[in-house]
Amino acid sequence: MADKRIKQTPSNTDRSIIEIIGMHKWYGEFHVLSDINLRVQEKERIVICGPSGSGKSTLIRCINRLEEHQRGRIIVDGIELTNDIKNIEKVRAEVGMVFQHFNLFPHLTIMENLTLGPIWVRKMPKQEAEETAMMYLKKVKIAEQAKKYPGQLSGGQQQRVAIARSLCMSPRVMLFDEPTSALDPEMIKEVLDVMIDLAREGMTMLVVSHEMGFAKSVADRVLFMDDGQIVEENNPHDFFDNPRHERTKLFLSQIL
Amino acid sequence: MNQQNSTATREHLKPPVTEIGVLGWIRQNLFNSWFNSLLTVLALYGLYMTIPPLFKWAFADSLWFGSPDACRDIDGACWSIIPSNARFIFFGFFPEDQQWRPLTAMILLFVLVFHTQNRRSWNRALFPIWTCGLVVMGWLMHGGLGLPVVETAKWSGLPLTLMLSLFGMVGAYPLGILLALGRRSKLPAIHSLCVLYIELIRGVPLISMLFMSSIMFPLFLPEGINIDKVLRAQVAIILFTAAYIAEVVRGGLQAIPKGQYEAADSLGLNYGQAMRLIILPQALKIVIPPSVGILISAFKDTSLVVIIALYDVLKTTKVTLSNPEWMGFSSEAYLSLALLYFIFCYAMSSYSRKLEKALHTGH
Repeated sequence: MADKRIKQTPSNTDRSIIEIIGMHKWYGEFHVLSDINLRVQEKERIVICGPSGSGKSTLIRCINRLEEHQRGRIIVDGIELTNDIKNIEKVRAEVGMVFQHFNLFPHLTIMENLTLGPIWVRKMPKQEAEETAMMYLKKVKIAEQAKKYPGQLSGGQQQRVAIARSLCMSPRVMLFDEPTSALDPEMIKEVLDVMIDLAREGMTMLVVSHEMGFAKSVADRVLFMDDGQIVEENNPHDFFDNPRHERTKLFLSQIL
Repeated sequence: MNQQNSTATREHLKPPVTEIGVLGWIRQNLFNSWFNSLLTVLALYGLYMTIPPLFKWAFADSLWFGSPDACRDIDGACWSIIPSNARFIFFGFFPEDQQWRPLTAMILLFVLVFHTQNRRSWNRALFPIWTCGLVVMGWLMHGGLGLPVVETAKWSGLPLTLMLSLFGMVGAYPLGILLALGRRSKLPAIHSLCVLYIELIRGVPLISMLFMSSIMFPLFLPEGINIDKVLRAQVAIILFTAAYIAEVVRGGLQAIPKGQYEAADSLGLNYGQAMRLIILPQALKIVIPPSVGILISAFKDTSLVVIIALYDVLKTTKVTLSNPEWMGFSSEAYLSLALLYFIFCYAMSSYSRKLEKALHTGH
């Protein structure tokens, strides 16, 4: 390990909720993620950025095993991700995920989208699930749309519903995979506002995003990835003002 | 000012009479070029030559009730072949004094189907209702418990056709879904088995499946064991239709975006839940039109059971026509039968269109 890059976060092992140790992933021959080490503390907010194809989406998709890693270990909330499908389902129930293209279920109403997980995975009674769903819909300011279908909502509204759907499972961690990059410019703010509220309330969040304003205002750490590696990792202040690596500097100069 | 003026005149302007209304439509669609005008005239002449004589034959000169001798004196259609032989055509060899039983069973079946077509009745009560209905229908057809037993060999006519097709569809659909899921499975054994099954079955005609079930299959059974012939035909129809349903459903599964699978997974749903709650409802909705196509052709294909000596409604009609008294009225008999098949098929297809509309959620 020539590259002594990472400033280790103060290690308080019992508080860390995600632990990734020496993780590698290949797509066929292509080495997408190489030697990823990451420890996420509870209530930490992490923004991951980097050029396209750098592996940032793949990294967070490994955390709830939408992608499989081939070497190293990933431990989420004390459960190690292996081929054991029961463990995977347990982890997925604890980890919320918000996608670039929302991925709401088009054949179900907004309310049904929200209550599906709690009812079938958490075995919550229907009425309780609906009350919880209503609470989160109010929180994302969209309660009046509960009876509509996703196809009748705008992109920004759909993404807020998707966030509420994840929250209904009372997740311990939320993963955001480029949540605003499929949205029209005027809708980005309404989604970011919801995410900022969530961050203020102390949700543990990993966000893949190019919204640098969001990173500056809420992130505890910013990770810069390139070519399947975590190249640089710092608090937002130092990250934006004093990037250490050439690749980070180049990237920041291109997007800021 | 100028602009206001022009809008005022625009409101008063109407399109030319030749462009709108019936006249406009005729002009635009039937006489918009010399070639189309020629085609229109030819088509009108064709209709004039065929419709009046057909009407004369089918209605004006026809006989609806009466003996075959009366029929031979008229020029028109002899529809009376149907009412005069209705008992045999509809119930075949079912003992005559017991024919109220298949009739009741069919009425019961129609009531059940009618109840089920309403989406509001799709609830937990549906399964017990059907189970009770089927038990009663089975008892009516087969007998026992106070009713004289009627062998399945004597089940014939319309009840046989309806039974083979309804249970064929009801049995084939779930099996087809399982095969489609199996074909997409990552487990090599399940995947190859499903591919083998689907390709094998689709590679043979239904007739040969029916032959196999009725002639070859019993050869493999130990002596003394005899599986009912109607049941064997039924199983052959189910197995055959399922292979086609499977491929249609697989097409639907492939049309569901990957994001839907990922969203279902990331909520922590297991495979069964994800399929049942998220993927299949969407996939099956997409494949309503092609599956109804398959179900309709399966319905019509039940008439092939005639080759293993089962008397469905087509065969009973043929038998009627071979009666010397009624020989020569085959147009009337087959047209009536065609109408019967058409009614059932049309009902299926219009119901499927209704269902498509009802399930559309605007995306």
